[in-house]
Parts: sequence; C-alpha cells; structure tokens
Amino acid sequence: MRLEPIANPTTQRTVGFPAIALISTVILTSLLAMIAGASPFSVLGLILKGAFGSKFAALETLNRATPLIFTGLAVAVAFRAKLWNIGAEAQLYVGAVVTVVLGTGALHWNSAALIPAIALAAMLAGALVLLLPTFLKTRFGVDEVVTTLLLNFVVLLWVSMLLEGPLKDPLAMGWPKSAKLVSEARLPRIVDGLRLHWGFGLALISAGMIWMIQTRTTLGYEMRAVGQNKEAARFAGIPVNIVLIKTALLSGGLAALAGFSEVAGLKGSLTLDLSPGFGYTGIIVAMLALLNPLAVVVAALFVAGIFVGADSMSRAVGVPTYLADIMLATALLMMVLAIMLTRFRVRWD
Amino acid sequence: MEILDILLSASFWAAAIRIASPLIFAALGELICERAGVLNLGIEGIMVVGAFAGWMTVFVGGGLWMGVGVAMGAGMLFGLLHGTLTVPFGLSQHVVGLGITLLATSLTYFCYRLALPEVTSPPKIEAFQPLAIPILSDIPVLGEALFNQTSLTYLAFALVVVVSLVLYRTPLGLALRAVGENPSAAAAQGLSVSAIRIGAVMVGSGFMAVGGAFLTMSAFNSFFFEMVNGRGWICIALVVFGSWKPGKTLIGAILFAAFDALQIRVQQTPIGADVPYQIFLMMPYLLSILALVIMSRRAEVPAALMVPFNKGER
Amino acid sequence: MNKARVVLRLDNITKAFGSLVANDAISFQLREGEVIALLGENGAGKTTLMNILFGHYTADSGEVEVFGDRLPAGNPRATLSAGVGMVHQHFTLADNMTVLENIVLGTLPLWKLGFGRAKAKSRILQLVDDYGLNVDPDARVGDLSVGERQRVEILKALYRNARILILDEPTAVLTPQETDDLFATMRKALALGLSVIFISHKLHEVTAISDRVVVLRHGKLVAEAITKETDRHMLAEMMVGEEVTPPKVQTQLVGEALLELKSVTTPDQGSAPGLKAVELQVCSGQIIGLAGVSGNGQSALADLVGGLIRPAQGTLMINGSDTTTWSPRAAVRSGIARIPEDRHKTGTISDFDLTENAILELYAQSPYSRKGWMKWGVARAFTAKIIQTYDVRCPGPETRIRLLSGGNMQKLILGRVLETEPVIVLANQPVRGLDIGALTYVHEQLLAARNRGAAVILISEDLDEIVALSDVIHVISEGRLSPGFERGSKTTAELGVWMAGHGFDESSAHAA
Repeated sequence: MRLEPIANPTTQRTVGFPAIALISTVILTSLLAMIAGASPFSVLGLILKGAFGSKFAALETLNRATPLIFTGLAVAVAFRAKLWNIGAEAQLYVGAVVTVVLGTGALHWNSAALIPAIALAAMLAGALVLLLPTFLKTRFGVDEVVTTLLLNFVVLLWVSMLLEGPLKDPLAMGWPKSAKLVSEARLPRIVDGLRLHWGFGLALISAGMIWMIQTRTTLGYEMRAVGQNKEAARFAGIPVNIVLIKTALLSGGLAALAGFSEVAGLKGSLTLDLSPGFGYTGIIVAMLALLNPLAVVVAALFVAGIFVGADSMSRAVGVPTYLADIMLATALLMMVLAIMLTRFRVRWD
Repeated sequence: MEILDILLSASFWAAAIRIASPLIFAALGELICERAGVLNLGIEGIMVVGAFAGWMTVFVGGGLWMGVGVAMGAGMLFGLLHGTLTVPFGLSQHVVGLGITLLATSLTYFCYRLALPEVTSPPKIEAFQPLAIPILSDIPVLGEALFNQTSLTYLAFALVVVVSLVLYRTPLGLALRAVGENPSAAAAQGLSVSAIRIGAVMVGSGFMAVGGAFLTMSAFNSFFFEMVNGRGWICIALVVFGSWKPGKTLIGAILFAAFDALQIRVQQTPIGADVPYQIFLMMPYLLSILALVIMSRRAEVPAALMVPFNKGER
Repeated sequence: MNKARVVLRLDNITKAFGSLVANDAISFQLREGEVIALLGENGAGKTTLMNILFGHYTADSGEVEVFGDRLPAGNPRATLSAGVGMVHQHFTLADNMTVLENIVLGTLPLWKLGFGRAKAKSRILQLVDDYGLNVDPDARVGDLSVGERQRVEILKALYRNARILILDEPTAVLTPQETDDLFATMRKALALGLSVIFISHKLHEVTAISDRVVVLRHGKLVAEAITKETDRHMLAEMMVGEEVTPPKVQTQLVGEALLELKSVTTPDQGSAPGLKAVELQVCSGQIIGLAGVSGNGQSALADLVGGLIRPAQGTLMINGSDTTTWSPRAAVRSGIARIPEDRHKTGTISDFDLTENAILELYAQSPYSRKGWMKWGVARAFTAKIIQTYDVRCPGPETRIRLLSGGNMQKLILGRVLETEPVIVLANQPVRGLDIGALTYVHEQLLAARNRGAAVILISEDLDEIVALSDVIHVISEGRLSPGFERGSKTTAELGVWMAGHGFDESSAHAA
C-alpha cells in the first residue's frame, strides 16, 4: 500500500471523505446506544434536543462552548507551529487561580480596570506555565508532549493544595473551594436576563484576532513556516526558537483565558472540578476545526452541544454520558483519516 | 534518620517492586513501539482498557491468567487501530495516540457504567496472591523484597529479559530495530516495514494493557475511575530515561517506584506532617520531567521515531 | 560474449505516474558475466526502471525474467531471492546497528532464535577477502566512511548470493581513487560469473567499465550499443538527444575581494567534519569552484557563508568588514544569495504556495511587511515577476510548491535570491537532480551573475561541472581547503589526488 499525493483534489473528495467520517461516527454511536439498550434514533434525537432544543439548552451549550473556544484556540495556535501543547488543562487552572487571587478583594478597583487587569495577569501566568516546557524543548530537546502532560498533574495537585490551604474559603465548611469573586471582578452578562456572560464575547473576539494574526501578520507567517518545515524556516532566517516562544506565550495565554472566563463569568469561585477536561477536549476542537481559528468556534459549539446534549440524554434514558466522549474520540480519529484521504490517494501496489 | 530506616526495610523495597511492576510492563510496551519507530501516546488509555478488561474477566468468573490474556488481547486491538492509522496511513502519531487514549478511556468507562450502573464502592475480586519462592524468599531483606511477590511481578521481570534477548539476539529484534532506525534499510532487504511496525505496536500495546491489568489484579483488586492516573505518561518518560534499552528502563522504573514508595512513607513521619501531601504526590511527575531533561543529551533516539514510511518515496 | 546465457530479461516495461510516462515499453537483456551501463540524464527513468525490477514499484505492463523465471510484480523479497542485489544511490543502512547486523538483516526467518553471529561473521570475512571489500563486520555503521558504507551495501547483496548486481550511481559519492577500487571489485565479481547493471551519467566511467550501453531518454530506450563501438561524444549525444555544448566562459578581470575566510575553523557536525583553518578569498566577477567528495566539510562552508553557523576561530569578512553578528538574516542583508543543497528540505516549504515561498527570506523587510503586518499584494507582485523573468512553469502564484517539478522549484529559488541583485552567490549543488534544460539554465544564471560582478561560490560533487564553470578551483577534504588552482592548471586526475586527501600542507592543518 502506498500513498500518492493528489495535485488538485476534487470537491467530491474534499467534502465526501469528511462527510463519511461524520456519518460513520454517528453509526458507531448508534450501535453503542443500541448495546446500552436504547433506540439509536431516540438517543441521537435527545442529544440534539438537549443541546439546541430550547433557549435554556442553547444558552447552556454556548456557555459550555466558551472555555472550549479558548482551549481550542490555544491548541490550534500551538499545533500550527508544531508546538505540541497538551497542557491547556494546566494553563486553564493557573489562569483560574490568578483570577481568584486578584478577584477576591486583593484589588479595590472598579470593573473597567479590574477585569482587564485580571485577564491580562491570567494570560501572563498561563503563558509562563507553557514557557517552561517550550524552553526545555528549545534548549534541551525534551519532547513537550510528555512534559506538558506531566505538568497537568502537577498543576492540578498544586491547585488542590491551594484550595486546602491559602485559597480556602473559611466559610466553605471544609470543602476545598475558594472564596467568591467580588462583584467588580465578575464578567457581566451580554444581555440582561440571559444566562450568557461576556466570556463568550471575549472568546469570539479572540478567535477573530487569532485569525488576523495567522493570516495577516509576520508572526502568523513565521508560525506557519516553523510548523510546516522547521529546517527551511531556520535556513531562511526565521528565528525558530523565538517564534516557538512567542507561540507558547500566545497559546498558554489563550488557555488561561478559559480558566479566567469560567471563574469570572460562570462559577464565581474556584473548585477542583472547574474543568471536566476542557484542556484535553480543546485538542479535539482544534483538530476538528483543522486548526483554523474561525472554525474553532463552530467546532467548539458542536463539541459543547454533544456534551450538553449527552448529559440530558443520559438523564432521560440512562445511557452513560461517556457516549459523548466516545463520539468525539471517534470523530477525531475518523476526521484526521478523512482529511488525509482528501489529499492522498491510496494505491495498492 | 527515619528515612534511612525506611530505606533499609524489606517492606519498603517490596512495595517499590510492586509499584514498579505495572510500569515495567507498560514501559516495555512503549519501548517496543518506539524502537519500531512509533510513538504510542495511546498508552494511558490502553492501560485503562487493560485494567478494566482483566478485572472484568475475573469478576464475571474467568480465571486470573485468562484475565491477563483478555487484557492483552484488548490492548492489542487498540494497538491494531493505532498501528493501522499511523503506519500505512502515516497520520500524526501525536493526534492518533491522544485520540486512542480518549477513545479507550471513554469506551472503558462506558462499559463499566453499563456493567455496573449503580455501584458506590467498586467490587473487589480475588486477585493474584504473593507467591514466596522457596529458599530465595528466605534471604534477609532481599528475599522478602524480590521473591515474595505475585506471579505478575515475576512475569514483568522475566519479560525484561525476554524483550532484551529478542531485541538484540534474534532476527526479529534486528528487523524491529532496523525499521525504527532506517525503514528503507529493512525495505531494501525485503522486509515489510508496515507489517513489522504494526506488529510491534500491537504487541507493545498488549504489554501496556497487562500493565494496566496489574493495577486491578495485583494491586488494588478492583476497578475505579482515574486509577491509571498518568502512569502511562510516566512510562514514556521512563523509556527516554532508559535510552530505549530494556535493562536501563527497568532500573529507571525501580528507581522511580522506590522514590514513590519513599514519599508515601515519609508522609507518615513527622517531617511529612508539616508538608502538604500534594507536594509528595507531585514528586513522581516532577521527577519524570527532571529525568527527561537529564537524559535528553545522552539519549540515542531511534532515528526514524515518528517518521512515517511511504513505500517508493525517497 | 553473446553466447553467454541471458540472466535477466526486461520485456516491455511501462510505468506511468499520472500523465508522466516514466518508462515507455523498455526491453533489454543482461547476459552472464557482462556489465551493462544504463545511461541517462536525471529524470530519464533509470531509477524508476530499477525500482520496478526490484519490486518497489509495480509496472503498468511488461514483465521481468530472472534466470528464465518470471518475477512476481511488486515483491522485493522475490527479487532478492532470485539472486538480484541492488546498491541504492542513497544507502539503506541502519546507523545504530553493526555491519554484520545490517548484512544479516532480512536473510533469516523472523521467528528464529539467535542469528548465528559466528557463522555469519566468518562468511562475511570470506566475502571481504574474495572481493577486496575491506570492512570490519563488528563496526557500527554510523562510524563508517561513505566508501566503507558502500562496501557494506555490496556485501549485503553478495551475502545473499546475488548473481546480478545493480549499482545505482555508485560513484557519485566516491573519489576517483575509490572509484578505481570499486571497479576492481566489480571485475572480481565478473570473473566469478556475476553480471552487473551499472547506472551512471558519467561517460568516462561508462566507457571504462561496461561491455554494453543502454541509453534512456525521457522514459524511452533510445539506443543500445556495444561500448567499444562508441565513444564519449556519441554517448553524450544519445543521452541528451542534441549536441551538448559546454557553456562558454569569457575571461574577465577580477575585482576586489567580497568574501574572505581568514583561518576559519568550525566545529564538526556529527560525522561531518567542520572547517579546519580555512583560508579563502572570493572576488567580484569570479566563480570559485569547491570540489570534493561529499561530506568533507562542504556543508560547514555552506552553513558558514549562509549564516547558519559562526566561525569557532578565525574571521569571516564580507565586503571587507568583519562579521560579528552572523545569522541567515544577516547573510541575506549582506547581499548573499543562497541556493541550498536540498531544495525540498531547506530551500522551500512544500505546503506553502509560490508567493509564500518567494518571500521566505524577505518577508520581514519592507515592502513585504510593515510593522509586523504582511503586505501580501507586494509579495504576489514580486512572485509574479519571478515567475515571468525566470520562466517558472506553474498554474499560478497560489500553487503549492510541492506540485512543481525540481527544475521549476529551483528556478523559483534562483529568482528569489537573484532578483535582489546579490553581490555574493552561494550555490550548493545547484543542479542536482535537474534535467539538462534546467541545468543549462542554472549554469547560465550563475555565469550571468559572475559577469555582472558578483562573487560566486559553486559547491558540487560533479568534478566536470566544477571544471567547466570555475575560474578558480579549491579542493576540500576533511575540512581542509587546498590552494586555489586557476582554470586549466590541473587535470581531473590531479584534482582527484587532492580529493582523496593528498597534498594538503599538514602543518597548516595541525595549526588549527
């Protein structure tokens, strides 16, 4: 078996294979739903209804999509430069910690000053968290996949330590939970009365900005060049390591915004279950979006919809919610295969 | 001086060997994959699958060794998926590996919830029991540490020897090392690079699954969520630490496990009382990162690691 | 000769890649104990044909017979066991394994325990003796020289009892002396009844070693002749299909020194040597040719001038001033045009389009960007100009560069670096893998740059190319640089002696 590049893929190819990937994902999910003793149509229908079927459901999906847009962007930016940041989870929590530290009364500023200050500080902290693995990569050649993964565990333990120690809310009765943010530090709602905060708006703006950076700036050009062919980039005079470090700062900062927006927008305080793996799910979001920042928004909505829908489906018919994760993992694997098949022909010789 | 007492006690070393065992299986599995040129980031999820498959087999009435076999088989299936996607199709080993970890983990949890919808405390199984080896287990300290373990631990150590022998003393090992170093060399000698790589990923994944099964069948005796807890990622670091050599990887696993066993014991001493327990729990991960940094200069990475091979392309 | 039995028969082999017909109904026969030279330009279809014979590709039609038996298609293992051994142009050896391990690889059933090291070793030593292929079976391949590696490749084939040897451009990496040794080995093999297909485009080697010549051009077999009945001129014409005229070089006055290396030493890069106390002066209006077997410090020199490394000792002077800060970007800003050795790996980014590739070195400067914002319109105009001026055949500037042929890719690189009127041109293997049309074009451009006063450094493994173009030739061997030899002052054979490492002033080398 051999792969042969296709010069100009036809539209059937570029649309057909991803479509087949999605359809087979749905078929596999249906099979599992049947094994779990439910009718596949009702399961899929319930997921859809649970995600977008009512105003409440749609808002829930948008809220769930917000951190995923941030982590999806973080991963998309990093992967574009072939910086394998699997540590968005850690960067998210660090952003959340900074939000809590600055937002629970340490600074007596008004909202207009406090919120941007916290966001910037959170970004900076998240960026620093990714800087260490990036430095180890550029300086010692240590694979950042493993270091960022391991740091996720370290940071989570560190957060647990803070929540049982200095950040613990004395009123929380032994529960590991931080104090509540002061109201000046909370992100306002976009529309009064609708449960959707400005974190979502910030996520959309970020996606637009990242798209501008990638297509219109020298940094974006450099990041793509380094990602595609590091050797040629270095030969041409692109400072590869500096580009990687800039990428890390951007990526870590974006992931930290996810933590900031969850705490300041949605939860109001920090607990250890702030993120049900948003950092890891960001990888799926980014890959489904083919690393395109604008498509990240769509992919995040899709992924969030599946999660929110699966929750309500599970409550209704008792099929375990893990079905959502299986569906996404399958979609991810199928999609990378499909994308490859749009660009290469398989020859059996 | 309490630390010294701990270090000299037989029970400490027995615990270290016990902690090392699942890491030895899984790290050997990863080593086989990487020696053939494939980075297998599915390791974390495949360990979860192995842990569940082994435990479930025994739970529904199968024998212990049957459980190990089922775990191995389940791991090999995921290895086949990984190998098919990364070898002939040449997809990103990073993305496929993480995808497989996610798929394997969620499928396992899904099956667990289906099998046991309403359990609060996970049921225990009758697991492997320590098997004292006559005479050898009577040696002071060493005997208790090394020769009073479960059969699975003995198997882990035996496997290190077997993998070394196969790797360096057989045509199969030669072929495996060749496809990881320069696949064209193997292809030019008439060997099928794809077949060898897929085979290696399957066997390696099987070993990872057995490593996971050790957790449920020889350590905790039951299955619960997040029980693998990053052990797979640590094994990837151990392979680098061991310079892709089975013997050195074994030493790395034991050193690592000894440190882990030590931190558990120090937590219970007066020193431990003053330090948050999370600091101790962080140590294994920090230590792994440190090991990667230290070994990065000296390591001899298989030259074709993560390089897909497309026939007819030069 | 013709009475000897046929050992290999190629019958109507046809293979197309898309619209390109790489092999068009090719047939010929190889007889026992003879050498057939397979002659052809790059891209004529030689390598494709051998890959079909060897089972790496499957032919669209036609068949291969070895010793009277038809070979199954697409099965390298069958080809090997039928007694065909191939020495690839790019060695297929695993560096982290020993010579012995590389040789026995794939010769034993995979499921056997042990591989009989002692027996294998004594057999290899026997072969080493019989064929004069001196290598230590226990050495790590990673530690061997290029010549030794080639011997390992030949041993691999002989160890499998190959009766037919296919040597794909074997002399490209050898000094003239090593080539003689290779020919001696070939003659021993022929005396023992083996047959050889020798692939080359070097005419003097073809006439020296082969019995018959088969010439390929554009995928077709255009001529088959007995070597003795032809001469180099005829062969060249058959290969190229037209009268070959070497480029005309007018002598001209040499200007001031634009680039100078003063006792420059650079660190070794793995097995590739760095420069050892190198003195070099390149002047305006001059082509300096750097001859040498590959892997003798050419990369170090190219990296140094290209800005990728700095001198560990000594100084590099550009336009008369010392380079204190030195980087690829500094090199480009100093007016150095760099044509890299590997246009796929270092010269271009294959998934970038032509525009993105054209500005790879210039994107950070005005007018291609301003304050960090790209000016894509300017970039596209620049690319369109290159495409037109340098005759880059492509669907348009938004084509991904990987879809271009090697020649067109090289033209884009030429345009990218020459369009800015550089004062120094560093051309590292600029015509490797190009067809004759593109090759001629590249040479003309290099001469044109020289004629308008640029200083040109030409690095090539092809001694003929160096001799044809250079005003002054330096030979590089193990990082040491010979004195400059004026055009015509040394014969190819004399240069070959230098390439083999003789004649260097030992004292100056040790002073480094």
